[in-house]
Amino acid sequence: MDLVMQYLVTGLTVGSIYALMAIGFVTIYNITGILNFAQGEFAMIGALSCVSFVNLGLPMFAAIPAAIILTAIIGFAVERTVIFPVRNRSVITLIVITIGVSTFIKGLGLIIWGTSPRTLQPVMKMGPIQLLGAVINPQSLFIFLTVLLLLAVLYVFFDKTFIGSALRASEKNPRAASLMGINTSSMSALAFTLAAALGAIAGIMIAPLTDATYEMGFLIGLKGFVAMVIGGVNNISGAVVGGLLLGVIEAFSGGFISTFYSDAIAFGVLLLMLFFKPTGLFSKATGERV
Amino acid sequence: MAKLDNVLYGHLWRPFASLMVIVLLLPLFVKSSYILTVLILIGIYSLISIGLSLLLGYAGQISLGHAAFFGIGAYVSGVLTAKYAGSPWIAMVIGIVFTWLVSYVIGMAILRLKGHFLALATMAINIIFFILILGLDEFTGGASGLVGIPSLSLFQLNLGNPLYFYFFVWFIVFVIILFSMNIIRSNIGRLLRSIHDSEIATETLGVNVAKYKVIIFSLSAVYASLAGSLYAHFISFIAPPSFYITFSILLLVMVMVGGVHSIWGAVLGTAIIMFLNEWIRYIGQTYFHISGQVEIVVYGLIIILVMMFMPKGLVDILERLWKKIKSVQIKGAEKRKMTTEKGA
Repeated sequence: MDLVMQYLVTGLTVGSIYALMAIGFVTIYNITGILNFAQGEFAMIGALSCVSFVNLGLPMFAAIPAAIILTAIIGFAVERTVIFPVRNRSVITLIVITIGVSTFIKGLGLIIWGTSPRTLQPVMKMGPIQLLGAVINPQSLFIFLTVLLLLAVLYVFFDKTFIGSALRASEKNPRAASLMGINTSSMSALAFTLAAALGAIAGIMIAPLTDATYEMGFLIGLKGFVAMVIGGVNNISGAVVGGLLLGVIEAFSGGFISTFYSDAIAFGVLLLMLFFKPTGLFSKATGERV
Repeated sequence: MAKLDNVLYGHLWRPFASLMVIVLLLPLFVKSSYILTVLILIGIYSLISIGLSLLLGYAGQISLGHAAFFGIGAYVSGVLTAKYAGSPWIAMVIGIVFTWLVSYVIGMAILRLKGHFLALATMAINIIFFILILGLDEFTGGASGLVGIPSLSLFQLNLGNPLYFYFFVWFIVFVIILFSMNIIRSNIGRLLRSIHDSEIATETLGVNVAKYKVIIFSLSAVYASLAGSLYAHFISFIAPPSFYITFSILLLVMVMVGGVHSIWGAVLGTAIIMFLNEWIRYIGQTYFHISGQVEIVVYGLIIILVMMFMPKGLVDILERLWKKIKSVQIKGAEKRKMTTEKGA
């Protein structure tokens, strides 16, 4: 029982990170129709620039927002310079372009930060907490709290503010939204900025647990995809549940089957989802227009 | 002669003959074994990129998992010859048949997906394959790789000699190019292009779209498997990192940079990316003293620029240049004709 609790806590911790990544994917995918393969790189920039800011002498509470803002600016710049000019091209072109962006940013990360892993100090400096037989790392607690807070903020943003509603309208139906006077092109920039910021937060939060390297973005990004596919591609709350579910599946398969094959199992789940329920667990079936 | 004309139809013989001349003459100028190795690798990788070009450019289906099929070929050849002392040729054929079966089953399942999700699914397959070859270390040697793969020999001709192997690999490339060109010209090729333009329209014509997509997917996987076997026998050592997604992405870049709608583009793109790769590594090490995969910055930049400004690839630019030269020549000839007529 203790073991089950422990795996559950670990799974939910990692799952929260995947959920954040998945929210970023869902936002961009629904507004622009692009699956942004560079999303993981935003997490990498967030984590590594946060390490750099801390090394420069900034205190933690200033370094984290600085890193998030920096990443958001990069996300905005990527959308304006690369994505926006080619938005009407074929899907394959768009896939290859975001892969190009991802490779480019990864290379920049390699040049700036080198190959050696960097460590980020955890935000809460206290001993592990015992709860129902599980040992909870304070960083996990911090991650849960942040994700909860973020979800609340995102809820208010999407449901109660004008920009959030405009963004949601562009997600549901870009054409109708633009007919209603919403500038869908600036919504696309906003989506990238928001997704980059969320990616940065995910990276900063996971860095104290796993260390940050220039390569870290790739796997986190892919896991975010898996979470999004599990939850349904056009549904933010689905993405959150998908992320948590994926984290738990990984933790349990790692604990009871083999840690070595837990990644393979996660991607196996992805394939099964794609074969049998490509619309995700929580989204309504949609038809395709010819 | 008529038969030859049937295979090398139309204007195909011109690029075909020029590539053949280049391949035959290059060893006269290339003295360093290092560059010869690069040329051999270009040949091997061209096999995969030709297959990808069929899949991507003609059928319109993306794959970010071909490194896995490359790996299946390499590991079947490697394990059967190095561990069980099997015949390399039989191992190669077993690799191809095995890849055909695997890719057929995978293709039937995943080719229902489109665009982004197809890319994602093929990536997942590549990752699972990578983890499997790491995990099955009894057979594959795991992370430390598989050593001692013998080199090929053909009728007592030792293909371990790089020069012989160079000609052998490029001979296979020519056979594959001819075969693929004729597929494109056949009704399968026309169906593929029709699938590329609209799957639904093709389906309404009573064509079993799924079947043709799977066939071309398996064919491109078989090309990759063949390339993998050749690679294993040439390098004589294989390790999992060569078969990761990074290589799948590199293959995609080669095809896209060369020009996705043309088989020549695939070969051209492979050659350009390979030489660029070596060149960047050389510049980086000698002038900036950096090691590691710094070349990925340049790759990234090239992918972005090519996709933004010449989405049809380099081959398209060459073709346009060729047409321009032609039209200038024709105009010049007309002018001369006019002036002579005036003079007369």
